[in-house]
Amino acid sequence: MRQSVPFPAPRRRFLTLSRRRVITGLLFASPWIVGFLCFTLYPMAASFYYSLTDYSLIHPPVWIGTGNYTQIVADPDFWTSLGNTLFMVIFDVPVYTLLSFLVALALNQPVRGLPIFRTLFMLPWVMPAAASATLFIIIFNPDYGLLNSALDALNIMGPSWIYDATWAKPSLILMDLWTTGFGAVLFLAAMQGIPSELYEAASLDGAGAWTRTLRITVPLVSPVTLYSLIIGLIAIFGYFAQAYIFTSSAGNGAGPDNSLLFYMVNLYNAAFRYLRMGYASALAWILFAITLLASLLLLWSSRHWAYYEGESR
Amino acid sequence: MTDEPAAVVDRDSRRVARRFGSTRRPWAAGAAVLCLRYGILLVLAVIFLGPWLYLFSTSLKTPDAVLAYPPQWIPQTFDWNNYVLAVTRIPYVLYLRNTLFLVGVNVVGQLLSCSLVAYSLACIDWAGRRILFIGILATLMLPTQVTLIPLYIIFSQLHWVNTFLPLTVPSFFGNAAYIFLLRQFFLTVSRDVSEAARLDGASDLRIYWSIVMPLAWPALVTVAILVATATYNDFVGPLVYLTDSSLWTLSLGLNGFIGTRGSDIGALMAATILYALPALVLFLSAQRVYLRGITLQNFGRT
Repeated sequence: MRQSVPFPAPRRRFLTLSRRRVITGLLFASPWIVGFLCFTLYPMAASFYYSLTDYSLIHPPVWIGTGNYTQIVADPDFWTSLGNTLFMVIFDVPVYTLLSFLVALALNQPVRGLPIFRTLFMLPWVMPAAASATLFIIIFNPDYGLLNSALDALNIMGPSWIYDATWAKPSLILMDLWTTGFGAVLFLAAMQGIPSELYEAASLDGAGAWTRTLRITVPLVSPVTLYSLIIGLIAIFGYFAQAYIFTSSAGNGAGPDNSLLFYMVNLYNAAFRYLRMGYASALAWILFAITLLASLLLLWSSRHWAYYEGESR
Repeated sequence: MTDEPAAVVDRDSRRVARRFGSTRRPWAAGAAVLCLRYGILLVLAVIFLGPWLYLFSTSLKTPDAVLAYPPQWIPQTFDWNNYVLAVTRIPYVLYLRNTLFLVGVNVVGQLLSCSLVAYSLACIDWAGRRILFIGILATLMLPTQVTLIPLYIIFSQLHWVNTFLPLTVPSFFGNAAYIFLLRQFFLTVSRDVSEAARLDGASDLRIYWSIVMPLAWPALVTVAILVATATYNDFVGPLVYLTDSSLWTLSLGLNGFIGTRGSDIGALMAATILYALPALVLFLSAQRVYLRGITLQNFGRT
């Protein structure tokens, strides 16, 4: 075949078909490769360098070694923000996942109009974060808000919600739980994939609804449970937009008694209020380490409770 | 696609019910179970829909009606003037234009860049594409928080802060999740067609643009809608890069409106509705796309 091609031989040797394909492939992939280098890899390296410097954007960075990290550990705001964030992670993430599962159970019934219910249940998730935060500022208003009016009707004296240091974080959790319909749709997809023969066989063996749910549904949707927990973990460790909107309306950027000073709020303040770029970069790396550690712990523990089909153990 | 699983469940469980349940169970008990089933779903629907309805109704209330106790779900007088206030108190049209500009550019940017990369991964048989694919998937796990500050530093050194450039230029360099989605679809596009074109001497660029892209339009629409939603909802990006209020997006404008501290709750809720409504309409008209996007993010990684 080579003899029949009229091109000069030396050129052919360099551009063999497979090499030409590599070049074409790389050219087509070049947007991502360039973007990865410019917007991910270089910034990560730069971030690590900045975390070891004192840098205010105005003057060039000054090397201070681990100075930022020792300052962070000595800063009470860091511990407050970490505590507030962990509070959210511990109470919001598991409850969100559990409620999602229960809502999915309610949906996974022989009912008419299931697609309509599913659509309705997803609507809270559709509302943009800035809009739902604005709406919930009004819902949580102690004087005329929807929530306290409803509690009043039950003869319960409602708290001041986001204006009360004890209730501020539970308020945000409530707002987040409003979107459980989204998690439920994930669980529902997994539940509908469970073959009905399993339930039929269990029923024949005399298993009741409770046993069937606990022994068949729960283990078979456990990959979604794991997914929901990990996504929730990452999202809550990075919790920012809603907290920012709530606290900027309250004025001081941290909520009553710093109760809404979350990790990313603290980081944002350090970077963009006080222009402490080095300090904020160090905060970012600590957050990365904590998130990674927590996710790995969860993944490791999931070996004992998450079930994957076809896995022999 | 949306109706099928429900139908399957329905049929299966009815079969189960016939065989094991209803013969033994008296009629009244069956009715009670049915009531419970729908009752729970209806209560949940009220909870999930309630805040949306409250938002609608409050947006039509006069300042007095907002403070009324007990709260009125249907206001006595509809105060449409709130909507006029919402678009005049803040430069609503300007914010809308800024938002739509960002949405448009981001959609075009992501569609072009992600489809090119996906073509490389799915349709060109080259050594190293597998490694590249794994690399792209790996970046899904990287936290955005770590790159937030150095990216801000880079863009401020380029004097891009307070321009739309930091919020648009990166979209021309692809996004792992969308590349993944397009690649999966491109793999299903018949190889025969592109091979035949290649034998006819068509270049890869030609095959990409004239054969694969037209065939992949459902996947492209999916990506376009997901990108549009993400851009429309974004709060942190504009907050960090746009301090000049003439460049604000709707999300920032809404936050600024809270800051003005008027007693006009009705107008604030009207502005919130005007911001949330397009997202709602887009969701309702393209629900399948969102479900596909969710399941992609959900199970795509395994």
